[in-house]
Amino acid sequence: MRNSPPRKNRFSAYLGNHLRVSFASLGRLYVQPVATLMTAAVIAIALALPMGLYIALDNVGQLSSGWDGSTQISLFLHTEVKTREAQKLMQRLQKHKAIKKVEFIDKDKGLEQFKEISGFGDALKHLDSNPLPIVLVVHPKMTTNQPDRTSQLVKELGKNKLVELAQLDVQWVKRLYTFLDIANRSIWVISSMLAIAVLLIVGNTIRLDIQNRCEEIEVSKLIGASDAFIRRPFLYTGIWYGLIGGVLAWIITQISLLLMEDPIHRLALLYHSDFRLSGLGAGLTLLLILFSCSLGLVGSWIAVRRHLKEIEPS
Amino acid sequence: MIHFDNISKRYPGGHDALSRINLRLAKGQMAFLTGHSGAGKSTLLKLIAMIERPTRGQIFLDGVNLNNISNRKIPYIRRNIGIIFQNHHLLYDRPVFDNVAMPLIIQGYRRQEIHKRVRAALNQVGLLNKEKSDPITLSGGEQQRIGIARAIVHKPLLLLADEPTGNLDPELSREIMQLFARFNQVGTTVLIASHDLDLIKQMGAPAISLHNGQVEHNGLPYTAGTPVSR
Repeated sequence: MRNSPPRKNRFSAYLGNHLRVSFASLGRLYVQPVATLMTAAVIAIALALPMGLYIALDNVGQLSSGWDGSTQISLFLHTEVKTREAQKLMQRLQKHKAIKKVEFIDKDKGLEQFKEISGFGDALKHLDSNPLPIVLVVHPKMTTNQPDRTSQLVKELGKNKLVELAQLDVQWVKRLYTFLDIANRSIWVISSMLAIAVLLIVGNTIRLDIQNRCEEIEVSKLIGASDAFIRRPFLYTGIWYGLIGGVLAWIITQISLLLMEDPIHRLALLYHSDFRLSGLGAGLTLLLILFSCSLGLVGSWIAVRRHLKEIEPS
Repeated sequence: MIHFDNISKRYPGGHDALSRINLRLAKGQMAFLTGHSGAGKSTLLKLIAMIERPTRGQIFLDGVNLNNISNRKIPYIRRNIGIIFQNHHLLYDRPVFDNVAMPLIIQGYRRQEIHKRVRAALNQVGLLNKEKSDPITLSGGEQQRIGIARAIVHKPLLLLADEPTGNLDPELSREIMQLFARFNQVGTTVLIASHDLDLIKQMGAPAISLHNGQVEHNGLPYTAGTPVSR
């Protein structure tokens, strides 16, 4: 084409154009700081909320991860069961395919442990006989360490006529995990909804921007601007909104973590734990910013697709 | 340069803006398009600029059949055309220089080249000293000349002007027309829609007059159907 600039300059001109357009878009946002910050703040809050929930959940998960493998079932035998009978039962259980190992706690050992833990040692000396039953501690195999299979095993063991009570010791951990699982899913649901909200916010802001610059778009089309050229400033605006919103979301999350850190640490000390809140790592921060930028880009893309076609020179 | 082959344009709603138009405008020709308002002058220019598509017939622009141009390719056709409007369509949110530079930026020219060409274009319309002004601060005639500078800055093959002197007094109108004549002298094909018959007579360029969407009188040196040497 006769009017094209020399070919070797095309690519650098193209890059230069991208650079110029991206900064021009930022400049447009900069001259309306209040409007820009309001939009970015809405995006930031929408992102910070699921981010905060995620961090809270992540911390609870870390706190409880030590208890994972510790599922064990205590079988309290009837008091009249003799040691020999109990040992036979133990040998039989050790062959059970869902059981890894069985510990035998006879009456004396049980009493010792009880003394240690309860602190009633002196009082127990006055008892004529040992009131404790024989206890078999059953460790299920790890592969069967799943809530429903474990509880099946508990039921099965409980039916044995020597067993008075079969008790799953860490059932509450299982319940906690189930609860965390539910919480995890709800975070995904909330995040998805808020992500859609961000798309709509950006889309709507860009739509207004397109309307305001209607004449510029019309003139550009008349003097031969390609669709990509006309789209570009709006897409960059969307990315900038995403970036500013993402950085604000990061700041909000960090401030909230700082506010929570001290009381949580004090609470942990009360439980003799040196648990500390773990915050946003570098990876998570990067992910947050990237996600936010892409939401901005996609939101503006949707608006641009819909509305740029409507503006044609007439 | 421009060849209308049996062109008809019917707008949605059934209004026939143009019917059975045959025209040939040679390369380097300057011509006027006249007729009462509603005669189809603007529609004819819009068909060339691909703002509208014909209902029937074919238009060839520099040998290219515009019917074969997809919507995506329209921008590249328009880059060969400079369009001037009655209301000059300047953007008031940026200075004169940026307005004139728009076609060059769109086509990806380098910064030094843009500066050189914008200055040259502003110089040609006699407004080099206004490059930093806001268009809103300029008079109607000056704004129209900025619009012309924007239309010629990328050295198009064809200049289309739709009532470029519509809002100007006779003195200014003549100046604008002489500007077009100067561009024509350096080889640009120029087609101007105007109803200012006195001015057209003074310019001495051939005129095509439209009446109710049909060619009433064709003053072009070539008549439709005559082979045109290019």
